[in-house]
Order: sequence, then C-alpha cells, then structure tokens
Amino acid sequence: MAKHTLIAYVEDVPGVLNRVASLFRRRNFNIDSLTVGRTEQAGVSRLTVVVDATEAGARIVEANLYKLVNVLRVDDLTHKASLMRELALVKVKVTPATRSQVLQLVEVFRARVVDVDEQTLVIEVTGTPEKIVKCELVMRPYGIVEIVRTGAVAMARGHELLSSAPPLVPTENVTGDHAHDTSGISMSV
Amino acid sequence: MKLTGAEIIWECLLREGVEVVFGYPGGAILPAYDAMTKYPKIHHVLVRHEQGATHMADGYARASGKVGVAIATSGPGATNMVTGIATAMMDSSPIVCITGQVGSKAIGTDAFQETDVTGVTLPITKHNYLVTKPGEIARAIREAFYIAKSGRPGPVLVDITKDAQQLSAEFDWEGAAPRLPGYRPSYHAPASEYARAAELINAAKRPLILAGQGIIKSGTTDAVLQLARVAGIPISTTLLGIGAIPASSPHNLGMMGMHGEAWVNQAIQQADLLIALGMRFDDRVTGNLKTYALNAKKIHVDIDPTEINKNVPVDVALIGDLGEVLAQIQPQVKPAERAEWWDLIKAQRGDAAVRDIQSLPDNGHLYAAHVINDIWRFTRDRDTIVVTDVGQHQMWEAQYYRHEKPRSLITSGGLGTMGFALPAAIGAKFACPDKDVWVVVGDGGFQMTMPELATAEQEKIKVNVAVINNAFLGMVRQWQEFFYDKRYAATPMTGPDFVKLAEAFRLKGLRCDRRSAVKSTVEKTLAEPGTVVIDFVVEKEDTVFPMVPAGADLDKMIRRPKQDVLAESGNDKDWEMPAAQGAPVAPVAAKPARNGRARPAPKPARAAAPRRAKAGRR
Repeated sequence: MAKHTLIAYVEDVPGVLNRVASLFRRRNFNIDSLTVGRTEQAGVSRLTVVVDATEAGARIVEANLYKLVNVLRVDDLTHKASLMRELALVKVKVTPATRSQVLQLVEVFRARVVDVDEQTLVIEVTGTPEKIVKCELVMRPYGIVEIVRTGAVAMARGHELLSSAPPLVPTENVTGDHAHDTSGISMSV
Repeated sequence: MKLTGAEIIWECLLREGVEVVFGYPGGAILPAYDAMTKYPKIHHVLVRHEQGATHMADGYARASGKVGVAIATSGPGATNMVTGIATAMMDSSPIVCITGQVGSKAIGTDAFQETDVTGVTLPITKHNYLVTKPGEIARAIREAFYIAKSGRPGPVLVDITKDAQQLSAEFDWEGAAPRLPGYRPSYHAPASEYARAAELINAAKRPLILAGQGIIKSGTTDAVLQLARVAGIPISTTLLGIGAIPASSPHNLGMMGMHGEAWVNQAIQQADLLIALGMRFDDRVTGNLKTYALNAKKIHVDIDPTEINKNVPVDVALIGDLGEVLAQIQPQVKPAERAEWWDLIKAQRGDAAVRDIQSLPDNGHLYAAHVINDIWRFTRDRDTIVVTDVGQHQMWEAQYYRHEKPRSLITSGGLGTMGFALPAAIGAKFACPDKDVWVVVGDGGFQMTMPELATAEQEKIKVNVAVINNAFLGMVRQWQEFFYDKRYAATPMTGPDFVKLAEAFRLKGLRCDRRSAVKSTVEKTLAEPGTVVIDFVVEKEDTVFPMVPAGADLDKMIRRPKQDVLAESGNDKDWEMPAAQGAPVAPVAAKPARNGRARPAPKPARAAAPRRAKAGRR
C-alpha cells in the first residue's frame, strides 16, 4: 500500500462530489484526502484525490473514476514529477515566555502569522502534507487550540500536458461511437 | 413547439421508440399521467407494486434487447423501485426509471412524499438525473436512454419535479441530443494485445472459454462458437451466460460455478488458459479466489474496464466490444483439435450421468428437477422464454432446462432477487408476445410479488407460472442442512392454496403432485388462453447437487449421491464430500458452523441431525 495522487477533472454539476465520494465508500477505497475547486475552464472542476492503495488498486480506482459519467479525465501523478501542496491554519497557545520560540519556528517552516492575540497565534503554513504534519508535531508542546487543513492539491511540473485524453469540454454531440484508446487509462496488464 | 414538461416526457419516450411502459401513478407524477392520455401509441401497464414495474422493465429489456421503462411517483413510489433498480444494475440490464419529485421549491423541506431519490439510487444506477426545469427534461431523457443501452448497459433514473412537469418549455428534440463529454461507452484495445491473446490461445494445450452474459448483450454467439470450433476449445457458461451458447452444442460443457457440474469446475481448475468473454468472475463462479484456476493464464474480454483485475488478475485484458475483439483475434487463431484435452474432460465426466437425478426411474416422488426437465421436454419444439426466480428452482432450471437460444432464460443473477420472476416474465411477454413465457418460481419468491397476477389478468396476457412448491425456503434450508447442522430456522413455510389463489385472480389454477401427471398438466397449461398458475407439489427436502460451499475451492464439491436416497428413506440424506482429485490443490477449508466447530463429516451429521433439527425448531 502506498499513497497515490489522482487528479480528476469533473463536470461542474450538482451532485458530482457526492458521486465521487459515494464511489470511494461503495468500493471500499481508502481516501486520504479529497479537495475540489474550479479550474481555468468554465464548467470544469478539478479534484485532487490521495488514496492509500496498491499499484493495482490505484488502477481500479482510476478506472472506476473514469466510469462516472461526469468525470472528464483522470491523471495519476504518483509516478510523475509533480508539486503537491496543502495549507493549514494552526492556532497555537502562547505565553509571553513562549511567543518568541513559536515565532522562530514559524520562520523555520516559512510559515506566516496571520492572527495574534494575548493568548494565541494563528499560523498559516503551506507545503507538502508531510511538512504540515511536521509543523503540527513541533507546535504540539506549546498547545494546539485548533487546526484546519485543506487537503492536498497537486500539479505536474513542466509544460507538457499530462495525458493525451480527449478535450475536456466537447464541441459536438456525443451519440455515435465515442471511442477512447484504453492506453489513456493504463488498464493493460 | 411549446409543450408542458409532462408532454415532453411522452414526446421523448415516443421518439426513443418506447411502446410500453410499466408504472404506478401518484401525486408527484400526476401531470405526466394526465398527459399520457394524449399519447395512445404508448401502452401503460398498471402494476401492483413499483418493484414489479422495475422488474417488468428489466424483463422487457432482457427479452428484447431494448430499453425498458418504469414510471413511479415520488417518495414511496420511488423507494419501492430500489430493489428492481439494483437488480438491473447487477445484471447490466438497460432500464430507464422516471420518477416524480415534489415541486422544486419544496425540495429539502421534507415535503409530503419527498425522498432524495437521486441520492438513494446513486450507487445502484449507472447514472441518474434530478430535473427541476421543463427545458431540461428532453436532454435528461435522451441521455438516460443513451447511457442505459450503450457500453455496459444499466439502469438510469430521471427524477422530475412536479413543477417541471407542469410548466411549459420549447421542445427541441434535435437540440436535446446527448452531450456527455465524460462518458466512455466504447473502448478499443491496442492491436498488440489482440496478438498477445491469439498467441496465448495458440500456445494453450488446455484452453477453456468462460462464456458470460456479454455474449448475449453483444449478439456474438456465432463468433464465439466459431472460435470454439476452429480452435477446439470447450465452453462453460455462467448462469447469465446460459443461452449464449446452445445447450446442444458439442462444445458447451454447461454451467460453471457453485452449482455447475463437478467435472466442469474441475476442467476450469485444470485449464492452462481461461478465455473469459463478457463475464466478471463473480464469487459464485470462482469459489475460493486463492485457489482459482492457478494453472491457467487468463484473457479477459469485457466492455467495462473496472471489471479487469477486480477479482482475478489477468494476463491479457481486452477492453472493448466482444464482436470487435473476436473479429480481431479470430484470424490469428490457428486451427486445432486439442483431442487430449477433450479426452481428459470426457474421462472426468465419468460417473456424472450415474449421479444425474434424471437417470432415476419414476418412483412416485415428484422432484423439482424432473418437473423442470419435463417442462423443457414438452415445450422444446416451441419458442419459449423461461423466467426464473432465485433459489433451488433457479439452479435446477439452469441444470435441467436446455436453452438453445440467447435471451431464452431471464433470471436475477448478481443480486439474487426473490420475487423477480413473475413481474420480469410479464415484461418479457410484452417484449415477445408471440413466444411462450414460463415462470419457474419457488413458493417463497412467488409469495413476494404474486399480486402481479392481477396485472397479468388485467392486461389479458398469458404467462405460465410453475410454482415449485416444497413448503420450504429451499436454498436456505439446504445451507442450513449442510452448514448449520440442520437447524431449520425460519425456513419451513406455508402458503396459500395456489389453485384457489389463481381462481381468486380470475385465472386458471392447476395442481400436479406426480411425475406421470406433468405432461398432461403442461398440455392443459398450453391449451389455456390466459395465465395459468401450476402448483407443483414437490419433495420438501430435496437438494441441489453438486455444490461448492461458499468460499471453498472450485473443485471441492459436494456431490450428488449415487443412489436416490431420498426416495428410499424419506427425509434422510446421504450426500458426500468429494475426495481430492484432478489439479493439486489444498484440502477443502471447512466452513465453521455457528457454534465454532468445523462442519462435521457427513456421516455423523446424518445420524445426529434429525434430533437437533427438532430441538432447533422448538
């Protein structure tokens, strides 16, 4: 089992997130994190899904995502050069004695302080999920009041498009033979 | 052309070629029902329960290959459809369900008869829609039909709010063509994969074709038979694959799996290549996956990529239409006889005929297997569709009714839905009015949906209902006999007088309790103009042999006794576990009984069981 990062482009229609979430529950796939947001194209949303799966399991997840009618394209970034980022807001207890220590650690994590009062600091930290976890561990001794994480988003490095998948938004009606090469979803074994 | 949403529904159904719909009216779907009166070309069948509507649409779809349509109102109307939708989903049956929904402004307020139907049916439909505007109805219905019948078929539900039915919109059929950028119904495997598949076939000494329902859906019976003939490859079918290959074909070994013949399962375990065509390695087919066909390489052809490597890892996956795949492989396959392989299979067939219940003389007892085989014998020169329910009778039908044509057997395989048979048969009769439609159903399953007899009577259609009445939930009883020390918890079952019941529905009822009377009963049934219910009073504690216990190795079957013990000693049993033979596999893993002990060996169980059974019933 290992972490796999999948990017799914989906039609921005009501219920689409429910369909994806329901698929993971229904097929007993283990979601690590799931994020969704708009993209550069109107009507298209982008999901980043991190799943705990074997290599074969990840292929099955991918095929099942493709099977959803509202899913336009799926890319697996796991074995590609990619960037992965997550943002967290961490509210930490501080005293006059510990405030400067915490601020030093904020520097180390290249995080920012976004709110201050006499008893707490809110730290905004961005980075890989591992970095977020590390930051949380380091802050824990001071007393974490609350923490919120966005979940991971990911993007491939470089200028090349990820896959030779069909265009995201169609211009024609789809009633005939809307054929796709299976190589795009790497199902051959 | 400006039409109400309700009228748009019927315009769309008309243009999709729909001739009959199965439904039940109610508040939220009333506008659609009101508009229906303007569309007399579409025949509406009033069902007695919405589950029946979905099974009828399903039976219609399976018999005809066309899309079946079911209609219901919101809330309970729609939730009653759930079982039928799930049944169609598991067996890849193309149906479109149209449900009314409360007004769009009332959604989310727990209004009267409001249910989140798209939410409820999300995991059991291929896709579903909630339509809140009249202008969106046409596209939703067109897409629903397209999705239901293309690729791997399945059920699609369109939930339409009452205000969307009442309000008007411009009806533009052409402009409402499906726009589904993310939908991939068809795939084409790379050429190199076809070559690899052909190489595996040519190199195989003991290849075997596993024939599934995909052959029926894609209409590729002839192509599969040609592959089998040219390359000398035996074929075994799944339950839903029955009819895909004629029973009389010399290449057809018969059904595989839990209640397949022992020698067929043994052949699968010995094969060095399995060619899986439009089947999905269901657990009822594979038994223990850890020991399943370990000697075999596997080629898997399926239209659905998610089936590849789901249960059984395969060596070559060909995702695509079966006809296209076979056309690509066929020219690369070398002719072969594979006589040694056939000799081995024939040798292993061995004493199967001796154990066959059909070889027993008439001893005064009426066995379900005899009833079903006799129905086949006395109807074999007629064009017949048999629709079965779920349980022992279903397995006996699969074993003893010899299907020659695709779509001549309709049965709930994947979901195993009791109550499926009668409504599905009514749907099949609407699809094929010129064919005889027989229902083979247990007394348990029949009692689940028997009010649909009223539908058959109201519609004046003829289905022949053979109730295999053993006064037990027979298959569950059989599991209790084998695996729960004969503690027959909640399986003895009484029922109404089925003859009087039929008469109460203004239908013909017949009773048969002797084998010698089966022929005349079938003849009387066929002569009757309307629906007939036959109460076949069969042996109470008969058993489906052979059987792979759930989760056991495929070739470790409980075999049929060589002698008809049942006839000689009343309710007593003498079944035997097989000795290990054929492919080297681990000994059978005994399924522990509820009390934690391993299943006892048959002989001691037999001696002790009756007392325990009585104690268990107290």
